[in-house]
Amino acid sequence: MTAVVLSAVGRPTTAAYLSVSAVLFTLGAVGILLKRNVLVMFMCVELMLNAANLALVTFARSLNDIGGQVAVFFSMVVAAAEVVVGLGIIVSIFRRRKIGATADSASLLKG
Amino acid sequence: MLDLVWLIPALPLVGFCILLVVGKRIGEPLSGYLATAMVGGSFVTALAVFVSLVGKHEEERAFTKVLFSWMPSLGVDVALLVNPLSITMVLFVTGIATLIHLFAIGYMHGDPRFPRFFTYLNLFVFSMLMLVLADNFLLMFLGWEGVGTCSYLLISFWFEKDSASSAGKKAFVTNRIGDFGLMTAMFLIFQQTGSLQYHAVFRAIEENRPAQSTVVAICLLLFLGACGKSAQLPLYVWLPDAMEGPTPVSALIHAATMVTAGVYLMVRIHPLLELTPGVMQIVAWTGGLTALYAATIATAQDDIKRVLAYSTISQLGYMFLAVGVGANVAAIFHMVTHAFFKALMFLGAGSVIHGLHGHDDPQNMKFMGNIRKWMPVTWATYMIGWLAIAGVPPFSGFWSKDEILLGAYQTSKPLWIIGLVTALLTAYYMTRQVVLVFYGKERFLHDANTVAATDEHDAAHRGHPHESPVTMLLPLVALAGLAAVGGLMNTPFRAKYEFLAKWLDSGLIPGTGIHAFVSEPHQVGGGTKFALAAVAVACGLVGIFLGWSMWKRGADQPELEVPLLKRAYGIDAILGRVITVPGMALSNFAAFVFDRKIIDGVVNGFGTVVQVVGGTVRKVQTGYVRQYALGLVGGLVLMVAYVLVRTAL
Repeated sequence: MTAVVLSAVGRPTTAAYLSVSAVLFTLGAVGILLKRNVLVMFMCVELMLNAANLALVTFARSLNDIGGQVAVFFSMVVAAAEVVVGLGIIVSIFRRRKIGATADSASLLKG
Repeated sequence: MLDLVWLIPALPLVGFCILLVVGKRIGEPLSGYLATAMVGGSFVTALAVFVSLVGKHEEERAFTKVLFSWMPSLGVDVALLVNPLSITMVLFVTGIATLIHLFAIGYMHGDPRFPRFFTYLNLFVFSMLMLVLADNFLLMFLGWEGVGTCSYLLISFWFEKDSASSAGKKAFVTNRIGDFGLMTAMFLIFQQTGSLQYHAVFRAIEENRPAQSTVVAICLLLFLGACGKSAQLPLYVWLPDAMEGPTPVSALIHAATMVTAGVYLMVRIHPLLELTPGVMQIVAWTGGLTALYAATIATAQDDIKRVLAYSTISQLGYMFLAVGVGANVAAIFHMVTHAFFKALMFLGAGSVIHGLHGHDDPQNMKFMGNIRKWMPVTWATYMIGWLAIAGVPPFSGFWSKDEILLGAYQTSKPLWIIGLVTALLTAYYMTRQVVLVFYGKERFLHDANTVAATDEHDAAHRGHPHESPVTMLLPLVALAGLAAVGGLMNTPFRAKYEFLAKWLDSGLIPGTGIHAFVSEPHQVGGGTKFALAAVAVACGLVGIFLGWSMWKRGADQPELEVPLLKRAYGIDAILGRVITVPGMALSNFAAFVFDRKIIDGVVNGFGTVVQVVGGTVRKVQTGYVRQYALGLVGGLVLMVAYVLVRTAL
């Protein structure tokens, strides 16, 4: 077991990082599907994003390619911008529906 | 002077353009005078050209005047061919057109579309002159279609009347059949000779001698075109209906000029016809049978103009008979004299109809009678037309008809007999018409308005016919003079008195030593000629006697009017059943089944499919963000599963 998690020099292996990333991603995805609170769903999205970032950094390290880390910077910047927009939408949803506002209450845009 | 020949068609064209732009503004009498002046100017120019041609040496009387290049790749110029034949045509076309324009000023008085009428008339004269003067088939075809268009526009001039607008359409459609022949013939000619210019075509065909069947096809197709335009069997059906147009139109277009275009074409292409004796026979027999056929119908018609229409068809048949037996001079001669007396009689009929204005059914001869008393000038001039068409010497019709019968006698005895019978019938039905219209008891139908009129003067004025104004009588008198003495232009006593034949024979094809026109010399002696003339006159007199003695007794004699002839052999009914009914069925199918079900069905079908698919698929868009997320995750899972399965395998 230890051999899988830690390498010969005592540092965590690539597989360990990727496992953490997968767990984080799954947590986020399940949270999105199961939670109705918009704020929590939003946090789940951030969780998934960072899981992906972790995977990218891990690969950048193991493949010795700086490209992955660069992509992570981009993704973080985009995430920051997305936070601004997302939080704005969430605030406006809460303003319109004072109590018990969920993601399902913003469902007017349907076919 | 000869350089001014372009003025002949140009003047009516200018008149047309002016009237088109300002016709409505200058209004009733002035537009009529302008149109008349333009055609009159054209006539004067034609006279001047004629005089200077006569002054020239006999062999220099033909030339081509190229105005401008039209279609260089086809070698087609806008060029006028001036020779004795075309100038003869131009003279009588412009002369009669001037008189009829003058007549129409009186006849169309008070019509709300008076200027438009003269616009069309001027356009017609221009087109007719282009047809006659053209030096190639294509330019001739331009005029040919132009006169057809004007004929259509003028037949349906009173288009508010349903019968008039459908008569126009009938004329147009029937003429299309003929035009198909003419166009196909032109394609064939161009394919065979590479040219459309008359003389070049004739020379090329004579020198290269394409297969006889090709020449026959060309001649037959040209003859088909001529049949359509000149109302010969079986394409004659439009002409009787064309009488729905105003009477001056009937006189100008459907008696004197346009309908003779087919005969002119046949005479023009006689170098080709002479290569194909079989086609000549077809032409002769078509003409002869048409003459007889139409004459029988004319004996039982009640409408004053319909009698004249069938008479016109019959006389055109005579002309084709003449062309078919090679008597080209006789054909042109009869064309000219017929133009005189038939225009005279149509205008006379117009004068009678005009005089009976305010009566019910003013065209029905059964409701006329004793018009002589009220319209003496019309009566006197009509008498001359009647004697001319009946073939009584020395009036013009006698000379030309005699010439045709002589030609027929020389070529084919059966055709000669047909011609004689037709002459008898012609004299009979014209006498019937004259008696019904001008003699006997007055049988006018009084209009309800007239009877109810309280104004005594008005009632008295409208109660009986009145003589026409002087603008209408002047052309009648002029045409009566021409119809009386017109025959003197070609009398058969001595060769030197055959002025028309000598005139038409003169003139060589430009640039060659060949005569453009060679008249058939008479093969019979003076005694035979005299005997033939005597027989023809006897036939005419018998016809007159029969008509006079039978119809003097009264107007109501149904036993003399064969019902089959009254219905014109029921051809219109048969055509209605054979062509109109299937045509309507086809149109109904196209409109209400094919268009509405199939064309509209395809278009509407697309709409329905899109609507149904959209209506179903739109339900996916629920608006719930979490469902979309589920979709995304589900898709992701599927993709990952796919990749895993693929790598695992």
